Amino acid sequence: MSLLKLFGRKTFPKGIHPAEYKEQTSAKPTRRLPFAPQVIVPLSQNIGKPSIAIVHKGQSVERGEVIAVADGPLSVPLHAPVTGTVKGIELMQTPSGAKKDCIIIDTQPSSSQIPIRGEERDIASMSREELIQAVKDTGMVGLGGGSFPTHFKMTVPEGKQVHTVIVNGCECEPFMTTDHRVMLENVKNLILGIRIAMKCVDAGKAIIGVEDNKPDVLAAIKPHLPQDGSLTIEAVETKYPQGAEKMLAYSLLGVEIPAGGLPADVGLAVFNVATLAEIGRLLPHSQGLIERVITITGDDLEKPGNYIVPIGTPLRYILQYANFTGEQAELILGGPMMGTAAASLDTPVTKGTGTVLVLDQRATKNDDILPCIKCSKCLQACPINLNPCELGQLAAKRRYDVMEEQYHLNACFECGCCSYVCPSNIPLVQYFRIAKVLNRERHLNNG
Amino acid sequence: MAEKSPKIDIRTSPYIRRAPTVTEIMRHVVYALLPICAYSIYQFGISALASMIITTSACVATEHFFCRMAEKRSTIGDYSAVITGLLLALTLPPGFPLWMGVVGGFVSIALGKALFGGLGFNVFNPALVGRAFVQAAFPVAITTWTPAFAENRFSEFIPSTLAFPFMTAEPTADWTLNTAIDGFTGATPLALMKFQGIMTDAQDLFLGTVAGSAGEPSSLLILLCGAYLIYKKMLDWRITAAVIFGTFITAEIFYLMDPSKYPSASFMIFSGGLMFAAVFMTTDMVSSPVTPLGIFIIGFLIGFMTVIIRLFGALTEAVMYAILFGNAATPIIESFTQPRIFGARKDKD
Repeated sequence: MSLLKLFGRKTFPKGIHPAEYKEQTSAKPTRRLPFAPQVIVPLSQNIGKPSIAIVHKGQSVERGEVIAVADGPLSVPLHAPVTGTVKGIELMQTPSGAKKDCIIIDTQPSSSQIPIRGEERDIASMSREELIQAVKDTGMVGLGGGSFPTHFKMTVPEGKQVHTVIVNGCECEPFMTTDHRVMLENVKNLILGIRIAMKCVDAGKAIIGVEDNKPDVLAAIKPHLPQDGSLTIEAVETKYPQGAEKMLAYSLLGVEIPAGGLPADVGLAVFNVATLAEIGRLLPHSQGLIERVITITGDDLEKPGNYIVPIGTPLRYILQYANFTGEQAELILGGPMMGTAAASLDTPVTKGTGTVLVLDQRATKNDDILPCIKCSKCLQACPINLNPCELGQLAAKRRYDVMEEQYHLNACFECGCCSYVCPSNIPLVQYFRIAKVLNRERHLNNG
Repeated sequence: MAEKSPKIDIRTSPYIRRAPTVTEIMRHVVYALLPICAYSIYQFGISALASMIITTSACVATEHFFCRMAEKRSTIGDYSAVITGLLLALTLPPGFPLWMGVVGGFVSIALGKALFGGLGFNVFNPALVGRAFVQAAFPVAITTWTPAFAENRFSEFIPSTLAFPFMTAEPTADWTLNTAIDGFTGATPLALMKFQGIMTDAQDLFLGTVAGSAGEPSSLLILLCGAYLIYKKMLDWRITAAVIFGTFITAEIFYLMDPSKYPSASFMIFSGGLMFAAVFMTTDMVSSPVTPLGIFIIGFLIGFMTVIIRLFGALTEAVMYAILFGNAATPIIESFTQPRIFGARKDKD
């Protein structure tokens, strides 16, 4: 166990301490964003196969109605985020950058937009299999940004046993405050969601991990915790990337999730707080995931804040509502460390979008890339102990095979710490992404 | 929002950075060197000043020239050539002929850096490449030491300073005799130790009231300047610590074996260029290892080699050779000290 632990602060070695920039939105209660005149719902919003649309052009849909069904075990259904008319299924820009099939729905202006409910369920009497199926029916994917189908994560692999559920409320990315608000405003739903997750994976214990920059969350949740110690909340050091499941598991329990392995390999299951809170809210009424809390923040916005946003709302509408006053900016879906830049204002937010971040030209200025001076700052920042310096030099020489075979390229989860600290401004993470893609292609070609 | 759609910039994550740039790091190293330069000038007078200016100018000019040759943008703005020049000047005797300093500066950048592809690609510390060259080319000039605190040091040059190119430097013995402060023997503490068996008091070494290269005399000042860089997180203290540790352990072992024959560990640490090298030379980012274990091994090795060469070698310039050796060994040490990655499986690795 590391030296840090001896001093009592729960944390992991290395990582970085970026400025937080959370004060712009963290104290603002969540509000509802009005409905956009048109929503764009991508059929593929998560890892796994795209959903199969079951609506057609011109069809009227009601808010909360199933509009696409799952295609295979890793896929989830989609629900209509608004009441309106299907305008068509077309190729549209998605957050991943590629154009993909999307169901476009024109919002019906006169509608009350009250979501439909399914049958009322008694959660306590449901079996594990019924619960997992119910989670799948909500269309839930990891709301922390990973977008991994939640029902799949709740299915413990054959031969593995889970003893502890880790509930990830770290939110270590700068600017983001959605999880913070969810933990303050949705405690009851969160705790119900944790109970459901514990039952699904058959764990006797759950720990909520929260960064110690959110003492209000600790105070808000503690009174609701059971006396028997099965569910606890722990403060961990505020540090990036504390919210990575490997780092959080180490901070809380001192265990290392194996490289290339799953949390279940060490008896853990890790879920994001917003995901579980949403499950706790939707499951009793058999509803689907049609909206989520998104932090709208950054430069040149007159109304930044946390908003409940229907899935599929285009960025153009969000910027209009938050009143963006600038002329040129970078639009980032997700946090500033791991988010993706949107290429078009018609890009919709999806289930995995936790933040819409606007950075103006000040932030987007590009410095020159200088040669690596081997300062070893990246080695001192990499939370999983890679050698980004050597990896970067190999990438420049296009030795992608060596990167993978000798320098553990695939263990990199692209947190961005190395690029953040690089004095030569080398886009290391981008090099690694390219290397991974080219390696994958090479493996496919070689059979 | 404005009627017109805003323009969208696209980059890849991460979108924020905090790191000081290479230029900023290099600039702060220069800042940290300035007090040492100032103290050196205070000790040795205008000769030291001229040596620093000329050597540094030679380095910067060479860097600029080679960038032009390679048809790339001049990189003199990143301050790395300035550092090389100052480091070189500070390792030379204060009365070193200026034209030889120009040669040293040229070789530092040309052979030590430009030949490998410029900043970031050099295998050896460029200043030490230049130092090694002038050591071999001008063996007399480089071992001609003049006293610190000569009375006329601010009004006249040490005669050897102004030697004409390709001419042998004027002997400084007479000048030294005329100007020497009481008790000056004309030899550095290391030479005294090596050739006459006289030990200099560690306190004198620490405060810098002895003869030596322009930059080596005051260990205290060097440590303070190093501390500034460590505070700024622009200097890897692990290397410095490992070098001092390696020197201490090795020297202490010999001292314990025979205290009458071998010098004490504190003498070894505070004499010669060791402290200067440990703080400013071994920590040269480009030529030092990046792996945590590699940093310790190389640091220790440099300390070990320094003591061995000092005790058993024919020269007193042990630190320089030890570092060049350490630089050469860096790639191989790095290759087998790769860090264990988080969550590495025991059965696989």
